[in-house]
Formats: sequence, structure tokens, C-alpha cells
Amino acid sequence: MAEFAVEMQDVLKQFITPEGGILSAVNHVTMQIKDGEFFSLLGPSGCGKTTSLRMIAGFEMPTQGKILIHGKEMSQVPAFQRPVNTVFQQYALFPHMTVEQNIEFGLQMKGVQRAERSKRVSEALEMVRLPGMEMRRPKQLSGGQQQRIALARALINKPEVLLLDEPLGALDLKLRKEMQLELKSLQREVGITFIYVTHDQEEALTMSDRIAVMSKGIALQIGKPEEIYERPANKFVADFIGETNFLDGVVKTQNGSMVEIELTGTGPIHVESSRTFTNGQQVVVAVRPEKLRLNSEIKDGNNLKGRVEDVIYIGTDTHYGVRFAGGQKLRVREQNVNQGYSQLSNPGDEVTISFTHTSPRTLTE
Amino acid sequence: MLNFFRRNKAFQLLSLISPGLLWILLFFNLPLLIMLFISFVERGRAGGIKLPPVYTIQNYRQLFNACTSQFAGPECDPFLYLGIFGHSARIALVVTFWCIILGYPLAYFISKQRPIWRDALMVLVIIPFWTNFLVRTYALKSVLASEGLLNSFLMGLHVINQPLELLFNEFAVNVGLIYGYLPFAVLPMYASIEKFDHSLMEAAADLGAPPWRAFLRVMLPMTLPGVIAALVLVFVPVVGAFITPDIMGGGKIEMIGTLINRQFGESRNWPFGSSISLVLMLMVLIGVIAYFRSSSGETRRAM
Repeated sequence: MAEFAVEMQDVLKQFITPEGGILSAVNHVTMQIKDGEFFSLLGPSGCGKTTSLRMIAGFEMPTQGKILIHGKEMSQVPAFQRPVNTVFQQYALFPHMTVEQNIEFGLQMKGVQRAERSKRVSEALEMVRLPGMEMRRPKQLSGGQQQRIALARALINKPEVLLLDEPLGALDLKLRKEMQLELKSLQREVGITFIYVTHDQEEALTMSDRIAVMSKGIALQIGKPEEIYERPANKFVADFIGETNFLDGVVKTQNGSMVEIELTGTGPIHVESSRTFTNGQQVVVAVRPEKLRLNSEIKDGNNLKGRVEDVIYIGTDTHYGVRFAGGQKLRVREQNVNQGYSQLSNPGDEVTISFTHTSPRTLTE
Repeated sequence: MLNFFRRNKAFQLLSLISPGLLWILLFFNLPLLIMLFISFVERGRAGGIKLPPVYTIQNYRQLFNACTSQFAGPECDPFLYLGIFGHSARIALVVTFWCIILGYPLAYFISKQRPIWRDALMVLVIIPFWTNFLVRTYALKSVLASEGLLNSFLMGLHVINQPLELLFNEFAVNVGLIYGYLPFAVLPMYASIEKFDHSLMEAAADLGAPPWRAFLRVMLPMTLPGVIAALVLVFVPVVGAFITPDIMGGGKIEMIGTLINRQFGESRNWPFGSSISLVLMLMVLIGVIAYFRSSSGETRRAM
């Protein structure tokens, strides 16, 4: 068996817009999804994530490029012959059939005998924790239950790859969090490759082994959640995943991995970077709010003066908005670790903001 | 007294629907009652009924056994009229079948277009309604005539050497009726297909169903209400049609409609015409009731 469950090789998908223009929904995307992996396609709406999924499912054909499933080229294989199954965004359960008829549909198409079918249906219902629901109609089920039925209907076919198109989008927040963990453990249990489309970065970080961040049809970065979060490849990824402060600056000098950057209007800072910059190069320093310390100087780190503009208490954390003398503004997140709440400073206070050399990420685009 | 009216829901309801009820009684039920009366009396010599009325069940007896007619010859066929009923039903079934077979793909095609095209195409389907049915039937007749458009065209291309006999036979009647009633089939089926969620077909394909199985298992059952509505809307008027069989059949094709028409016209037998009309109505009514009993609420809404 091939090493990769799914490969997209330089896939281009163009649509003709109603105005007669050409839109590249997926623009020369190459990615390899490993066998047994929980892989997420993450991006805002219109980034090409759903189109990519639909091409893997066979509902759309690439304009150019190849899609391989376990090493087999798929361009001549129609959707109904592909070894994949999909959980649709709106579930797409057949409303005129019972839960049992919905779930056994795939087996029926494969010609599995009736007795075997009903055995596997009850197993599948067991798996999604809805035993005994065979005779219900989709309309009689809640959104969360329909979601599980859709999952059972897909998984009963033991697909090589399961495609999920924002399956939790229609559920409320609490149920969503529950289903995230459940899906993740289900995936470990069945060992099937999951390709999961979502626009929710938290969801992607929670569930995925690896994530592809997409924007405007391009896969900007593919990596493990911690890689994407800690070492975003560019400004878009840094901005889309979690909260980030962006500070404009110019490279002054570079000494090995240590770069000195003059922040516009603020002063010099030192950051570590594996990349090589030219002196005078315009850069953006991205630093996460939780990696900043307020009024606790770090020796051998960056310590900058600023003034507190606003303070927001959100329970677990307190967020401080701090503006530097030069006009650039930062958000600082302090965890409320002490028993009993003690605010570190008030609006108008002069404060020091500190961070290590390694915590910021220096980006050029 | 006033309190009684206020409290009595049934009375309130009755007073609200009474204008409509009166309308129905006057313009629908009264004529029917007159027809029912005429069907049970003897005919007048020059049309109309014999006065003073002489009551009889002969008009119904004659329908089920043509030999009981006073004009029956020695070689009479007792099933003459029942045969016409059967023949009409057969034509109506064939026409309904073709209207659905032709109408379903058309409705599907229209539903798949962009909204602006969809509306334009639906207008094209409806436009024939604005033209007189008689005129359209004559127009079709001139297309199928031996010197007509189709024959001249085929002869011009040397596909045929002699004009085909396309008129004055059952084929012509079928073509005329299919042409006339196709919109009645397209409209309810379009309403059903347009509401159909096409992502369900993707779901079926995803689960391994080839296109035709996906159609039979998912799309057809879900659009069946529209198909059944089309069936009723075409079959009921076609089984009693008389203009089309008269013109396209050239008087050679007898259907219930033409038979009734003749009783009120040249045969001057109003009572017999009335009895045929009532029996036809009863049969259609039984059919429609049976259909409503068996179908779900969704089917009724599709009508």
C-alpha cells in the first residue's frame, strides 16, 4: 500500500464566474495526506478547502493536476466508485428513508446481504452511540443525532478515507466541543484517514494531526498544529490561527540567528530567527499575546515601555491593550493564576512589556 | 340570542363560508342535479327531454348493454359503449405515460438552469395556454397533414417517397393530446423537482450508487408527489377529451368525450349523454379519491 492515503499533485480547479471571468478556486495545490492521519483543511470561506474536498470525493474534476488515493490516479474514477465516503455539511440524509435505510444504503449498493446489513447497521449505531434508532426518520432527530447518523452512514462502508465537510458547523457550541473530542477518539478507534474541512481554527487545532491552512486557493502552510501556531509561515497564517500582535520594523543587523530589528517608532529589539535577512529589510514581527509579560522584566530579553489603554477581564485571563510611544499597539494576555483577582495595572499606567528572543516570529510577507 | 351565535362555533363557521358555499351550490351542484334528473328521464323527440317527464333507467342500462337500445340492430354489440370507455382509458394511459416520460426530463432540465433562464423557460411552457386550444389543435393538424409541414419536409429530403398517413388515426389523437397536455405534466413535476435537494444525489453517489440507481432510490421517490399530481392532472381531462379526438381523429376515433358530444348534438339524446357524463364523473371521482386516500399530504400539496 502506498505511503499516502491521498495526494494532490499540483491541482488546479478553475470555475467560470457568472460574469464570465475565470476563478481559480484551487490554485496549484500539492499536498500529501498520510495513512491514518487526521488532516484538516483550514481557511476562511472561499479559500478552496471545500472544493479540494469535493475533488477528492469526485464531485468536481480538477482542471489540471492529479489526485491519487492510495497511489491510484482518480481522474477516470467517478464519485460512486471511489473508496471514500463523505459526511456532508448539512448531513444530506435521505429524508424519505428511515435511519436504518439511510445507514445501509452504501452496503446495499455493494450488494451486501440483508442479514449482514442489519447486523452492521446496529453495530454502526452502537459506535455513534445511538442504538435502537433504526426505525426513526431523519426529521425526528436532533441536529446532533443527524450528525451521528451521517457519520455512521459513511463509516459503515469502511472507506479508505473519510471526508468531512464542516460537519459540526450547524451544532451549538457545547455540542460541538463534545463532538470534536468524540470524532477524534472515533478516528483513533477506526484508524481511517480523516480529511476534515473547517473554518474554525480552534477546532482544527484541537482535532488534527496536521493542518493545511488555505487562503485564496493556495495552501499557505501545512504542518502539525503546534508548528502552525508557533511558527506560522506568513502573516495570514499567524493572523488566522489564534490572536497575534503585528509590529512593523526594519532589520538593522543580523548576527547568526540573532536579528536586531528597529521597531518603527519604538526602538530596537533582538529576536532569534533561522532565516537570513538583509540589512534594512522591512519585516513584521508577530508575537502572541500570551507570550508577553507585563511589568516583570526578562533578563537577557526584550523589555519595552508602553502605556496601558484598556483592561479587559475575561475570567481565565486579563487582556491589556498597551500602546508604545511610537504609536504601535499590542495586546497582552496575563493568566489569572493568583487566588483572588489582582489587576496588574490600570488604564493610563506606564508599564514594561517583556518577551524572550525566541517568542516572536519575524515575517516578511 | 346573540350570545348563542357567538358561542356556537359551527354556526360562526357556516356564516363565514356561506357566500362560497352558495356559489358552489348554484354553479356546480345545481347543474349536476339537473343532469342527474335528465339522465333518469326519456329523451325528447328533437333533443331535450320528453314533457311531462317519464322516468326510466334505460339510459344507464343502455350504457352497459348497448343492445337494449330501441335502435339496436340484430348484430348489435352489447359492449359498444363500455368498449369506448376502455378505449378512452387506454388512450388516456398512453398519453399520461408519454407526458410524464417527456415532461420529467424537461422539468429537470429547466430546474437545473440559472434562475433567469428558469423563469424564461417556464414562461415558454405556459405560453401555449394563452392560445386557444382549438387553434393549436388545428395548427398541429396542418403540421401532420399529408400535404403538411412534416410530410413536405421529409419528402423534400427524400427520406420518404409518399406522404405518411399521420392524421385521422389513433396516433394522431395521441400526438394531439400529448402536445396539449404536456404543460399540465411539466408544471407539478417542476414544482417537485425544483424543491429537490440535489446534494442528496451527491450523497447517493458518494455511497456508491451509480447515477440510475441514485435516481431510482432517491430522486424519483422524493419527486413522486409531483409525478402523481401530473398523472392525475393529465389522465382526468384526457379521458374525457373530445376536441382533440374529433379533429385529429377525423371522426374515426371514438372517445367518451366525442360520444357525449354526439349525444347532445346530432343524436339529440340528452338523457343518454347525461348518464354517460355522470358515469364518467363517478369513475374519475372514485379514482381520485382512491389516490388521495393512498397518498401522503405532500402529494396533495404538490397539486
